[in-house]
Amino acid sequence: MKEFTYVITDPVGIHARPAGLLVKEAKNFKSTATFIKGEKSAKATALMKLMGMGIKQGDEVLIRVEGEDEEACAAALEKFMKENF
Amino acid sequence: MQTFKGTKIVNGIAIGKIKVYKAPVYEISEELVSDIAAELERYEAARLKVQEDQNALYDKEMKAGHKDTAGIFEAHALMLDDDDTLNDPCKEIMAEGHTAEYAVRQAFDEAAQQFSEMEDEYFRARSADVIDLKNSMLDVLFGADTSSLQGTEPAILVAEDLAPSETVKLDKSLLLGLVTRQGSSNSHTAILARSMNWPTLIQCHDVADDWDGKFAILDGYNSCIYIEPEQDIIDKLTAKQKEDREKEAKLQELKGQPSVTKDGQKVRLYANIGGPKDIKAVLENDAEGVGLFRSEFVYLNSKEDPSEEAQFQAYKQVLEGLAPRLVVIRTCDIGADKTIDYMHLDKEENPALGFRAVRICLSRPDFFKRQLRALLRASAFGNLGIMFPMIISRWEVQECKKILEECKKELEAEGQKVGKYEIGIMIETPAAALCADELAEEVDFFSLGTNDLTQYTCAIDRQSANLERFSDTHHPALLRLIRETIEAGHRHNTWVGICGELGADPTLSEEFLKWGVDELSVNPKSILPLRERVRNMDLSKYKTEAPKAEAKPEIKAAEKPKGLFGRLFG
Repeated sequence: MKEFTYVITDPVGIHARPAGLLVKEAKNFKSTATFIKGEKSAKATALMKLMGMGIKQGDEVLIRVEGEDEEACAAALEKFMKENF
Repeated sequence: MQTFKGTKIVNGIAIGKIKVYKAPVYEISEELVSDIAAELERYEAARLKVQEDQNALYDKEMKAGHKDTAGIFEAHALMLDDDDTLNDPCKEIMAEGHTAEYAVRQAFDEAAQQFSEMEDEYFRARSADVIDLKNSMLDVLFGADTSSLQGTEPAILVAEDLAPSETVKLDKSLLLGLVTRQGSSNSHTAILARSMNWPTLIQCHDVADDWDGKFAILDGYNSCIYIEPEQDIIDKLTAKQKEDREKEAKLQELKGQPSVTKDGQKVRLYANIGGPKDIKAVLENDAEGVGLFRSEFVYLNSKEDPSEEAQFQAYKQVLEGLAPRLVVIRTCDIGADKTIDYMHLDKEENPALGFRAVRICLSRPDFFKRQLRALLRASAFGNLGIMFPMIISRWEVQECKKILEECKKELEAEGQKVGKYEIGIMIETPAAALCADELAEEVDFFSLGTNDLTQYTCAIDRQSANLERFSDTHHPALLRLIRETIEAGHRHNTWVGICGELGADPTLSEEFLKWGVDELSVNPKSILPLRERVRNMDLSKYKTEAPKAEAKPEIKAAEKPKGLFGRLFG
């Protein structure tokens, strides 16, 4: 299992368009990535649940990756978050 | 012939057949079916079809240069890939033996419901996206051909109301005009109609299905539609339409021409804009600059206090996109009728006279500095004017300048590039207008905000419908303040513009130029008509006649107000 935290800097937070791209990115891997904020969580492949978390600018999210390619998946998602959120 | 009234959105005339646009209403059976696999297959086929359609809309909008609307459709297509919220629940419902239609309605409505209950406004608005997708899915499942809703020949479209997605999907080349029973002048459809310049009538309560196929004329000037009009009306309005088209063609020829009167007096014609999305309109209408860029959009479109970086990007985009034109950006003017949750402003008895604009900024210097730093950083990318609103006293201007100077020093110490910029203030309070001589010593330019100046001078709330009888947008007190402000500015080499609605009032343009106004800032669409007016003016008659030291402007004593009630009962 791999984990990392990320603080959202995008002014609108995790909104529809980049969230959609995030889902696409996550689907490239066999591992399951989960976004966790407080008591809420959503799989990185579940676009609307992810948006439904209402993650805003300044929020800290924990991203947990589990599966056979977790190293690569975690690295890719971390890079993606930095570039898009 | 029948005549029906409505509320016009756009002037202009549309002549042609009526097409009644009716969104289909589906009866969905709750009965169970035996072939579950067939329903699953139908669902998957519909999903792929809708996804393909949404991607096509995305391409269409991108090609048209509408990035914002394109983004909506891109997100729609991606939502349809969502197994957790949409596809899996639909499959579960179908597994119980329900039809694909029934599953779509249940699952999509529930997802929409979840979004509609969210705290955040942005996410709440996404529920409309889900409903939009539900309707598209049902259209496909029921085999409805929605492309036929608009018909195949050019027509005046008549509808109950149009959802944004429906408006976007319309084939503009087949749209002569638009009539709806509902809608408001601020709806998405009305906004689009204005930007596309379609003759449009809303709130036309007599809209009826049997209009379909009938010949009609939509007369935006008179806010009505004639069904099967008589020959003399057809002739008259056809001639009017032809005249409009010729006028429009003539206006296009004015692009690139100077805004100068016959006797050689120049005036700069600038545009009022609300954000980077308006850059296109500024260029298309050949504005010579931007006289008022309302920076509120960066505050209103954000759920949190926008960062320096986010503001910088927006300002830079406009300055860069319009360089070398001057772009006057007004600093934060929230408060009064523009409130924002994250600012935590107290409720006030009298917000128009309350804690707003520069009063907030000077009380919250950290908040103010974020904007000033963003502006100064952006100044390196174009030609910037920084304008402070709601000024009444000289010390306010001095304090704004002091904070601006501090920000500049900080940025320079950090090694950031700061360009050149002009400093100005809004003259929108009688106090500022009457102290214009003192204020002019502090700044490079004035901009007369006539909307607030009118309401503060006449003590008339501009939102109140009951006051129409008393309201006079040409009140002599107001015109006197405007004239004296222009003269005071010029005594101190401070240039003076007008950015309120009066700037575009054709009945006053000549007066303003006579008084020597340097710049008029108007809605982009008004630039070319105003240029035409200016180029037809000859001010030489005033220049030879008028004695130099005229003590008071020639303004008649207060006349009866010009509002509707004034005309009826005055």
